[in-house]
Amino acid sequence: MGLRVAYGGIQAVRGITFHVAEGEMVALIGANGAGKTSTLKAISRILDTAGGTVRFCDREITRLAPHRLVREGIALVPEGRGVFPRLSVAENLAMGAFVRSDTAEIDRDLDQVFGYFPRLKERAEQLAGTLSGGEQQMLAIGRALMSRPRLLLLDEPSMGLAPIMVQKIFEVIQAVARQGMTILLVEQNARLALEVSQRAYVMESGEITLAGEASQLLNDPRVREAYLGES
Amino acid sequence: METFLQQIINGLVQGSIYALVALGYTMVYGIMGLINFAHGEVVMIGTLVAITVIGGLMAAGVPAVVAGGTGVLAAVVVCMAIGWWLERVAYRPLRHAPRLTPLITAIGMSIVLQNVAMIVWGRNYRTFPSLIRSESFEVAGASFTTVQVMIVSVSTLMMAGLLLLIYRTKLGMAMRATAQNPQVASLMGVNIDRVIAAAFVVGSALGAVAGVMVGSYYEIAHYQMGSMLGLKAFTAAVLGGIGNIAGAVAGGVLLGIIEALGAGYIGDLTHGFLGSHYQDIFAFIVLIGVLMFRPSGLFGEKTGDRA
Repeated sequence: MGLRVAYGGIQAVRGITFHVAEGEMVALIGANGAGKTSTLKAISRILDTAGGTVRFCDREITRLAPHRLVREGIALVPEGRGVFPRLSVAENLAMGAFVRSDTAEIDRDLDQVFGYFPRLKERAEQLAGTLSGGEQQMLAIGRALMSRPRLLLLDEPSMGLAPIMVQKIFEVIQAVARQGMTILLVEQNARLALEVSQRAYVMESGEITLAGEASQLLNDPRVREAYLGES
Repeated sequence: METFLQQIINGLVQGSIYALVALGYTMVYGIMGLINFAHGEVVMIGTLVAITVIGGLMAAGVPAVVAGGTGVLAAVVVCMAIGWWLERVAYRPLRHAPRLTPLITAIGMSIVLQNVAMIVWGRNYRTFPSLIRSESFEVAGASFTTVQVMIVSVSTLMMAGLLLLIYRTKLGMAMRATAQNPQVASLMGVNIDRVIAAAFVVGSALGAVAGVMVGSYYEIAHYQMGSMLGLKAFTAAVLGGIGNIAGAVAGGVLLGIIEALGAGYIGDLTHGFLGSHYQDIFAFIVLIGVLMFRPSGLFGEKTGDRA
């Protein structure tokens, strides 16, 4: 029995099974409406599951209250970034560390985030709503890192951004991954996702249709035709 | 000119009471988009609790200062409990219901609280025990009393305290984050239920203090006093832009002054046809005017589609 997610009577995720190992970056790719975001929302407890279970570090988290999740070590960078527009950049980052009280370590992590995204430091006192889309994406990622997660869930981090911004953001994602972070990346830009990940799952109409090493999938003719725009 | 200055002073006093009550409406609306129409009743219960406690203690020979302090404290505690209970029992089960449902529930809870107060305190007017000998001061032909000065200073302190809570504490940051995006706030580890409950409890505490002020100002209280006061404070919140903290303060003071000036000049304006007891119409003229011409209020950020 895999993970299922339904909106009313319509099944968006039809029983999928997949895993992410510690320290791994895994991509979930597929077309718009394939069920990728629904999968992330079910893991992060924004949506209730219609069946199946989610396990994290040998603990079942399928029915956990949403606000408990970050304490377990899971941080989501939501689709559309979800920054708090009328909070300052600094306050948004502080919200990321909401459940922590180790002030000294929080400051260290803040320095690290500012190291990844110097732009955020320049704009620390500005309201998040006044940032550009790319800067908001930086902020959303920085905010997630501020909880010092063990698993980072990224939902379409490239969406709506200029190529140069996408490149900057993926450089940071890769740097974070090199530090040993476990990452589950949901991405419509299949090429980009496959280039940075170790493994990947391809979703189609709520089901996983292909899985494997990212480098192999990059060369798989079915993937090339359907998702990389080649024939 | 004397009338003018006098009415500005009266308006400021009345307005700071409106502001304190309006904050209760605006905090809850800002976080969950609900107009808690039972808030006026919470204020009324605050007044009546204070009357009972202060009256009882003074009859037992307790010094006025101690009796007054205990009365305020009792009102605050009882109102906080009622605010918490309202959210828990009436609104939380309806969190995901269509917007009209909690609104009607709010009106229902307001009727429930009024009737409970009627059973506990009776149908008759209760007089507020006089705690301090109120002295009159005169400046440029206008007079004001010790009670008036106290009302304005205490409200100012309470509002400053609220601003500190909202802009300088972690709870306040969680409240603002929840108001802006509850789903993401819960991803950050914020327990939304607790933040919403906190908004009710804090708003009710401010309302309790406002209730004691109303009581000591007019020296009279009644189980139905909450509905008009609540409606006017709601008007003040709408005038300032509901959901906006600074707007509630500005709207409250402004409404108090508009009302006082209206009451002061309505006789002259209508050649004696209408007297100052028609002052209530001004609040509603303001409400209708704001809803017609600037529904987002003076400081409102956007016109919400919320009921």
